[in-house]
Amino acid sequence: MIISLALLGYGASGTFLVIFRKYLISRYVSMYLGSLVLFGLSTMICYLVSQRIQFNVEEILWDPYQFFRLAVIYIMLALPFFFVGNAIGLSLFCFRKNMSRIYAADLFGAGLGSLLIIILLFAVSPGEALRYITAFGMMASVLASWELLRYRRKILAVLMPILLTGTLLPFLLPSSWVDPELSSYKGLSQTLRISGAKVVAQHSSPLGQITVVENPLIPFRHAPGLSLNATEEPPKQVGIFIDGDAMTAITHYNGSQQSLSYLDQLTSALPYHLSSIEEVLVLGAGGGAEALQARYHNTRNIRAIELNKQIIALLQGDYKEFSGQLYNDKDIEVIAEEARGFVGSSDEFYDLIQLVLFDSFSASSAGLYALSEGYLYTVEAFQEYLKHLKPEGYIAISRWIKLPPRDTLKLFATAVEVLKRNGIQNPEQHLILIRSLQTSTLLIKNSPIEKGEITSVRKFCNLRSFDVGYYPGMPSVEANRYNVLSEPYFYIGTTAMLGDARDAFMERYKFNLEPATDDRPFFFQFFKWRVLPEILSLVGKGGMPLLEWGYLILIATLVQALFASFFLILLPLLFYHRKNEKKTSSSLKFHSFVYFLALGLAFLFVEIAFIQKFILFLHHPIYAIAVVLAAFLVFAGLGSLCSERFASSGRHSKGVKLAILIIVLIGISYVILLGPIFSSLISLSTIAKIILSVFLIAPLAFCMGMPFPLGLSRLGETEPGLVPWVWGVNGCASVLSAVLATLLAIHFGFNMVILSALVLYVFAAITSVNWLHGR
Amino acid sequence: MCSGIVKIQLAMLICLIGFSAIKPVYAATDYKQLRENMIGLIKEDVRETEIYIDKSALDSSVIRAMSTVPRHEFVPVWQRINAYENRPLPIGHGQTISQPYIVALMTDLLSVKPGSKVLEVGTGSGYQAAILAELVDKVYTIEIIEKLADRAGNVLKQRGYNNVQNRTGDGYYGWQEHAPFDAIVVTAASGHIPPPLIRQLKPGGRMVIPVGSRFMVQQLVLLEKNNEGKVSTRQILPVRFVPLTGDHDQ
Repeated sequence: MIISLALLGYGASGTFLVIFRKYLISRYVSMYLGSLVLFGLSTMICYLVSQRIQFNVEEILWDPYQFFRLAVIYIMLALPFFFVGNAIGLSLFCFRKNMSRIYAADLFGAGLGSLLIIILLFAVSPGEALRYITAFGMMASVLASWELLRYRRKILAVLMPILLTGTLLPFLLPSSWVDPELSSYKGLSQTLRISGAKVVAQHSSPLGQITVVENPLIPFRHAPGLSLNATEEPPKQVGIFIDGDAMTAITHYNGSQQSLSYLDQLTSALPYHLSSIEEVLVLGAGGGAEALQARYHNTRNIRAIELNKQIIALLQGDYKEFSGQLYNDKDIEVIAEEARGFVGSSDEFYDLIQLVLFDSFSASSAGLYALSEGYLYTVEAFQEYLKHLKPEGYIAISRWIKLPPRDTLKLFATAVEVLKRNGIQNPEQHLILIRSLQTSTLLIKNSPIEKGEITSVRKFCNLRSFDVGYYPGMPSVEANRYNVLSEPYFYIGTTAMLGDARDAFMERYKFNLEPATDDRPFFFQFFKWRVLPEILSLVGKGGMPLLEWGYLILIATLVQALFASFFLILLPLLFYHRKNEKKTSSSLKFHSFVYFLALGLAFLFVEIAFIQKFILFLHHPIYAIAVVLAAFLVFAGLGSLCSERFASSGRHSKGVKLAILIIVLIGISYVILLGPIFSSLISLSTIAKIILSVFLIAPLAFCMGMPFPLGLSRLGETEPGLVPWVWGVNGCASVLSAVLATLLAIHFGFNMVILSALVLYVFAAITSVNWLHGR
Repeated sequence: MCSGIVKIQLAMLICLIGFSAIKPVYAATDYKQLRENMIGLIKEDVRETEIYIDKSALDSSVIRAMSTVPRHEFVPVWQRINAYENRPLPIGHGQTISQPYIVALMTDLLSVKPGSKVLEVGTGSGYQAAILAELVDKVYTIEIIEKLADRAGNVLKQRGYNNVQNRTGDGYYGWQEHAPFDAIVVTAASGHIPPPLIRQLKPGGRMVIPVGSRFMVQQLVLLEKNNEGKVSTRQILPVRFVPLTGDHDQ
């Protein structure tokens, strides 16, 4: 939310330029240089200031000062965008004849930037990366001053050393200043307050910052959902925090089986008690608890898939001996890959596919994952997993228990849906759900559950005081025995979802339990509007945890963005009226407003939706973001350059129509064809897939780069005063589109986001008919 | 020019009003009255959540303890003005003091008697220990963060709670020398309930564990050990919210 609103700085720059354009233009050189210097400086200064503002979202309900703090953070983060927006907007206005080239340079720079930042984040921590970004900003001012002042040597002689010093300045700041300050309520901050806790290593990558914490005095004991009857606690562990919160642990193994007996007291141990498990696939292996669990149960063939190479390196390096050579074990094959992608491109079969409980309880329970899209828990993902099971194999998925139940029941609903899609007539015969006080484990099988297995489930649960949530033929009296809820929610939910009353139950239930799909991959979106009034009435009475914050934050962002955009767009119009002698026709204002708003919305809609589509193809979210963003921006930049041909010959309208026609044709064909293309080529090498992705994106992006500079160039000829204003309109549209695209995707899917973008392009083309011709 | 001065004066006036509104007036605060108001809010919340806690009023001894302990002395000075609001408050070191209603409910769920021996894991501000000290003979409390433990220990001593013994350390292993306990409160449980704590609970004893983030208690887990040593839990949602129906009166 904060970042998207910071982009409103762009919108604000449009307003600023409209209001002060006469003053600014007459002093272009100093204003342009000043904006760049301020951009460079504010990037670091505003970050440092915002880091020192203590803001805690959980207190917002009681403490009105939190709003004030949030507002200051917004302003701080918006300022750099404001300054850089001024520099670009001012140049577009002053060099109207070269608009296409300026816009192309802007897009090229953005494309290169998106690649560079990812490379930079592999090399240094986010705080350190900011030094380079600030230095880049200052370098821009050095280059600009050389270009603009090279004939005014005296000024240059004074200015250049100052600016060059400014470029070096960020590298002189102490690390303690630039390192991101963690909220004192995050897991890592809490851990480090405990006597004896010390950070022993820190590694950063675009996947996040991992921090390794040891505590010889009070060691970690991570055992989610350990049985109440467990007599052994976990041996000492080392904690690995990802971005200061989500924790995975490396467990010490000294060769004693007994020390690992706690692993048999977790709900995730159930499959090992149902049949002989020879081959296990662990998805999201982290610190290795599930691999260790498999080894504890004498499984000889274990594959552990972990996306983050740095975690694997820890277990194979510094913690090799500590972990009992877990990730160097001949029985365990560790693969650094994205889990879903690995399963999709593999042709192996397993007795057990184990999906690990990877997120932290606090983030999970606050509903903050609502907006994070994930392809591990979708209907299509489950179909993929089932394909890779041996006939008697299991999928096991563990989750934290939330009350009232959410994730666990949604997983169950997803499993039922998948089994039905796979043509299984009696899905109720293929599922088992158990729960402890804090975790649940769902088992899914391709073949029906047998009597012997049910006997084993009951015995396993009785011995550990776990409750059975569901098994085929389960009598209601068996539900809710050891960890008693006010109602047997899990039993009621699971049986309802298997019966005729499924739809009525889903409708009546106060959280959204509809399964996630690849087109709508928001598994953690549980929010229902209908329930909001009831929850709000309970907020002051301890009902706040019932709120699914993620979705509400999205709505709050949209409202704020609309509000801010409204002022940023309307305010300059008032000024424009007053100061402009030649009155601009309101029709032109309206049409150009709609045109640039539609373009701003559509461009990002397409970009966001395609990032999602390519994540599934390229497996790795970071590759997908880097490739898609860079390809879109660079080829759009090329498109912008080429649009100059149309602009110089006065064929603005023709250029726009042609570009939009091709966008619509390619867009529609991609909605239909990308799915089949991706699934047939999923097993290509990563490099081949990246090249193919760039080829697929290039023509679309090329055309998408044309309408904006063509419109801007036309406006520059007919109504130059409106140029900075539409620049601001486009900036606001970018902010709105990021939020709107997510909302559309949550409710209608990413295909709908692409189709909406195409409609917006067509709409832009229609509104441009008159004014692009100059009539 | 004139309007400029007026504007500046107006701005100063607004600032003055603003500052006087936010400045806490410590000396004149009638904490007893505030405490009574707080008790009223707790009782109201209890009535509203009666279907979950199976009672429409808390034990009178718990209410008496809540009306006696000066909560404002257990919070940092800058939070005293908010001490009697029915909300959690930050107390520094990334820790909070729970909402009074939750403290009262947790204490009530423990069903302690004057002769009970209670263990608290996670002393925090020391407020919960003080409430328990009003009700039982002996309270043992462990805090993992040294600075918090020292601060709470000092406040408890100053208030004359000589029946509270506190120490800094790892609460995971309980306090073996004083075990077994009639009741245990665990305010810092993470992914599981430590087996040593279950072992140190007497048969017939009760353990209460708040679950959720620092500022939001989502549910209270009441763990009971029956006379045969068999353990079971009951989860109590502190609000009236039935997920299966549209009507929360059902």
